[in-house]
Amino acid sequence: MALAARTSSTASDERFRGEARSLWGDAWRSLRRNPAAIAGAVTLAALVLAAAGAPLLAPFNPAAQDYNHLLEGASRQHLFGTDNLGRDIFSRVIFGARISLSIGFFGTLFGLVVGVLVGLVSGFYGGFVDTVLMRFLDIQLAFPGLLLAIAIVAVLGPGNLNVIIAIGIFSIPIYARLLRGSILAVKQFDFILAARATGANDARLMRVHLLPNAVAPLFVVATLQLGTAILTAASLSFLGLGVRPPSPEWGAMLSDGRGFLQIAPHVAVFPGLAIVVTVLALNLLGDGLRDAIDPKLKKA
Amino acid sequence: MMRFVLRRLVQLVPTLIGVSVIVFLMMRMVPGDPARQALGPEATGDEVAILHHQWGLDQPLPVQYVYWLGRALHGDFGRSTVSRVTVTQEIWARFPNTLALTFASMAVSVVVGLTLGIVAAVKPNTLIDRASMVVALLGVCTPSFWLGLMLIVLFSVDLGWLPSFGSGGMAHLALPALTLGTAASAIIARVTRSSMLEVLGEDYVRTARAKGITDRSVIINHALKNALIPIITILGLQFGGLLSGAIVVETVFAFPGVGLLLINAINNRDFPIVQGAMLLFTLEFVLANLLVDVVYGRVDPRIVYS
Repeated sequence: MALAARTSSTASDERFRGEARSLWGDAWRSLRRNPAAIAGAVTLAALVLAAAGAPLLAPFNPAAQDYNHLLEGASRQHLFGTDNLGRDIFSRVIFGARISLSIGFFGTLFGLVVGVLVGLVSGFYGGFVDTVLMRFLDIQLAFPGLLLAIAIVAVLGPGNLNVIIAIGIFSIPIYARLLRGSILAVKQFDFILAARATGANDARLMRVHLLPNAVAPLFVVATLQLGTAILTAASLSFLGLGVRPPSPEWGAMLSDGRGFLQIAPHVAVFPGLAIVVTVLALNLLGDGLRDAIDPKLKKA
Repeated sequence: MMRFVLRRLVQLVPTLIGVSVIVFLMMRMVPGDPARQALGPEATGDEVAILHHQWGLDQPLPVQYVYWLGRALHGDFGRSTVSRVTVTQEIWARFPNTLALTFASMAVSVVVGLTLGIVAAVKPNTLIDRASMVVALLGVCTPSFWLGLMLIVLFSVDLGWLPSFGSGGMAHLALPALTLGTAASAIIARVTRSSMLEVLGEDYVRTARAKGITDRSVIINHALKNALIPIITILGLQFGGLLSGAIVVETVFAFPGVGLLLINAINNRDFPIVQGAMLLFTLEFVLANLLVDVVYGRVDPRIVYS
């Protein structure tokens, strides 16, 4: 993130230079120079476009069964081959992108909103409220990884909405802790005291002074969590607990493909590749964002 | 140290109680009346009421919870509604399998992850480094169930070297452990690399090298020992992922562990088993975290637990 050496030193000169000196401006420039992050962003954009334009892009109806072409390998007509009911896998993968991306997005959004609120309240008010909320989070974090999502879907039943809820609840602690940490770090600073002295109420303090500091790392974490959300949704569907067949969700497709590994492995290959590519793109973008926003955050 | 452990154990109690409440409530929240389900659709209201009373379902919820907890603390989790065998027996029969899988996977992840990370850190920015990190990144992005299926295709179907399902010895453990260990090794590799890079830049490493100590000794005795601290933390965090990942991997390979038991029980609406299995996983996870903290305290002399 090196800035070019400036030969002039007067403030007015800097203004006329036109280069952004803000956090986001610097971040954007750093991101632009990161080829991996760009690759991730482009891939993601392509996926989103493909998902949005699925009805136009898919050569076949994802539900259309063709008994003349069962379990066929990749061909010019069927780019990814067909499955055991003669459905075109390529079309199903494209429509699956819709499901995975939207579930991942809304699940993450849900977790983000609730998590931020919890973290905000917890960090800002402290004391008893903080202790109680953190206790709830501890209980939730006592469930290892996927188990909580499995339990939630087991209770609520299968379906897109329930998976979104499960992913949301499952990711709340991450955002809550992030926000809380961010607020606790900043709460002691003098500008908070100054703002209060000039009459700022709680809401204004939160909105104007505390929240903006947390937004940048939040963005990074949300992008990376989006990948986790998609993996989680696919796992749930694979286990038969999430999105059910005949929906062309990638995890569900893999579950279907399990029975045909010996005779038609391609049924399992392509949906899985789609998952890998999507999560990879999100990870590359997320890593790039993290490096751009604060190289100090880079741990692994 | 003992006081620290005891204090942490005491702190665990409210958390565990909270967990048990959630597990209990979850099963009660599922729609459908277990008594009616057990008796069948032709059951009369009276028959259902009698079974309700017998099973204590007519009591208020908190009372039901206390009875359930009391029994659970004595090891009585009821019987499976499918097999009529006690939950404890069902879980106990499969627990060793899951344990073996978890440990084997951890071994795989530590060996692979540490090696990859150390190699990458020792030759930073070379092809080896970049290639290792690319592999590690892919490991993080690959769903375990897909990796498992691909490994089955490669090793079982095409090469015929390893069995693809069931249990019964090292061969049956190989593919599942490899699958489960991969995602964790990827993360461990990345953390090892960055931790080692940090340590290798320290003055004491430079001193050791200047003193003439062999490279290998420097890496292992001086650098690695100090780099281990964040690695151990991550390892502890990974354990949760290994536990829940075991559920998925057991399903892929039809590996008869507690994870597969849980999934089947969910699909069969066999709630006593679901409750028992979930409590087991949670307890394992919580205790493992405590263990990590204890080990952490021993390994890092800078940490003082008051």
